[in-house]
Amino acid sequence: MVEEVFRRESGRVLATLIRLLGEFDLAEEARQDAFTAAVEQWAATGVPANPRAWLISTGRNKAVDRIRRDAVFRSRIQGREIASAEADAAAVLDESDDSAFGDDRLRLIFTCCHPALSSEAQIALTLREVCGLTTQAVARAFLVGEETMAQRLVRAKKKIRDAGIPYETPEPPLFNQRIQGVLAVVYGVFTEGYAVTTGTRLVDAELCGEAIRLGRLLDELLPRNSAVLGLLALMLLHDARRPARESHEGDVILLEDQDRTLWDQAKITEGLALVDRALNTPGQLSTYAVQAAIAALHVRAQRKEETDWPQIVGLYEVLLRLQPSPVIELNHAVAVSMVDGAARGLDLVDSLRGRGQVNEYHLLHAARGRFLQQLGRLREAGEAYRTALGFATLGPERRLLAARIASIEKMSAAMNSGAACRSDVSGV
Amino acid sequence: MQYLLLIYSNEAELAGRSPATIASMTAEYTEFTKGIIQAGQFKAGDRLKPTSAATTVRVRNGQVAITDGPFAETREQLGGYYLVEAKNLDEATAIAARIPGAKIGSIEVRPIWPPMA
Repeated sequence: MVEEVFRRESGRVLATLIRLLGEFDLAEEARQDAFTAAVEQWAATGVPANPRAWLISTGRNKAVDRIRRDAVFRSRIQGREIASAEADAAAVLDESDDSAFGDDRLRLIFTCCHPALSSEAQIALTLREVCGLTTQAVARAFLVGEETMAQRLVRAKKKIRDAGIPYETPEPPLFNQRIQGVLAVVYGVFTEGYAVTTGTRLVDAELCGEAIRLGRLLDELLPRNSAVLGLLALMLLHDARRPARESHEGDVILLEDQDRTLWDQAKITEGLALVDRALNTPGQLSTYAVQAAIAALHVRAQRKEETDWPQIVGLYEVLLRLQPSPVIELNHAVAVSMVDGAARGLDLVDSLRGRGQVNEYHLLHAARGRFLQQLGRLREAGEAYRTALGFATLGPERRLLAARIASIEKMSAAMNSGAACRSDVSGV
Repeated sequence: MQYLLLIYSNEAELAGRSPATIASMTAEYTEFTKGIIQAGQFKAGDRLKPTSAATTVRVRNGQVAITDGPFAETREQLGGYYLVEAKNLDEATAIAARIPGAKIGSIEVRPIWPPMA
């Protein structure tokens, strides 16, 4: 019973304590003290009618005690006032509706994602303070040592204190710009979980789950926001495919080869509904919504042959107008090849390569390899795959590229020895 | 909280401006400075002579070394500053964004240690 209260209220209590006390570490200690007191006292008195208010006012009072006792906290609070005891306790107990606490959680998110912090720090702080992951779990997610992550968090909190980063939700003129930063953090967490950039794991389901939870929280706190809806839809539609993405041996299974019966239909249904809402919400069209619409088209196809590639091409063109980027151009080229053939796709990719922006991107060379292979230019395809392998860091992706190279070598050998090659060139 | 807003820009590019451009920028700075004085944010502010007029002093092992020029060669050079009073970093960066030099150079926003108690 008490456990359930803790799980439900922990994040909200922390967010409000940070606002009241103006300091992360002090607020964390205060929350800890409050929960300890709750365990002791509620055993005798039962859970109070408004447990959240109880925890907050207890936490605040314990913090005041701490400040008196602890020189470090005293020096940090120096120069700022903590609201007077009586006025605050009364205010806190009056705030029985969710909106005030919702505001505090939003404040906390915007603070953790403040542009004056490095993006590394933003992600680490959000996972620790908003999602409540332990420092160890955050460290593991980013494949750094616990001490390194602990230091990163310490430095981030120090920057907040030293530079005077406020615990506030930004005002309307800045709001739209700042929300983009928040969404970038959430998407950063998701992509880190969806395609881990180093090492042997292909996906980290927990990180994807945390990102989706953050997306839901943002939707709750900022309803009818097209970019938020779009991002949540995008994450759900990608996550729905996760069960089909990795083989038992930990190898990559590309979208076109996935067993679609393994896709999570509940996430797909929810994602599709969110895409509709995102696209129909007034306001500037968000790139997340467009990306989600593309994911929706993939997911609507029962079999890969039913994929509406012409529409996907159109959506990539919309996306390129909103947010020109070499990676999106590459995806556009692949989609175009599905409609107009490998030669056309190769032209687009070679034009991209000619501009010299993404020559170290392994997927660019892998795409060239695919097109060249489809056009029967095996030697060049092999070279392209080898170049890709040189830039790929993920174990499963490297194995996939190595397999492609091996099969091309086999095909070339077969052709050179004069044996008829019946295997479907594009089916490797 | 007090913040020092350090105005950096590429001196060579500045030197190449037409008199009309210079006049217009000067007017913008006058306007801006008046604004933050009225808002009670201004504490101090000055335009610095260029790095060609700079001298660097270092004392090592009791020896005073005086050299011509800024402390280091940088792509953008310090050209001026404002010392402002602001509620928090967001207010300070909002002020910095309105400094005319922000459009062509960079404004470094440095919080100042409060005076020792």
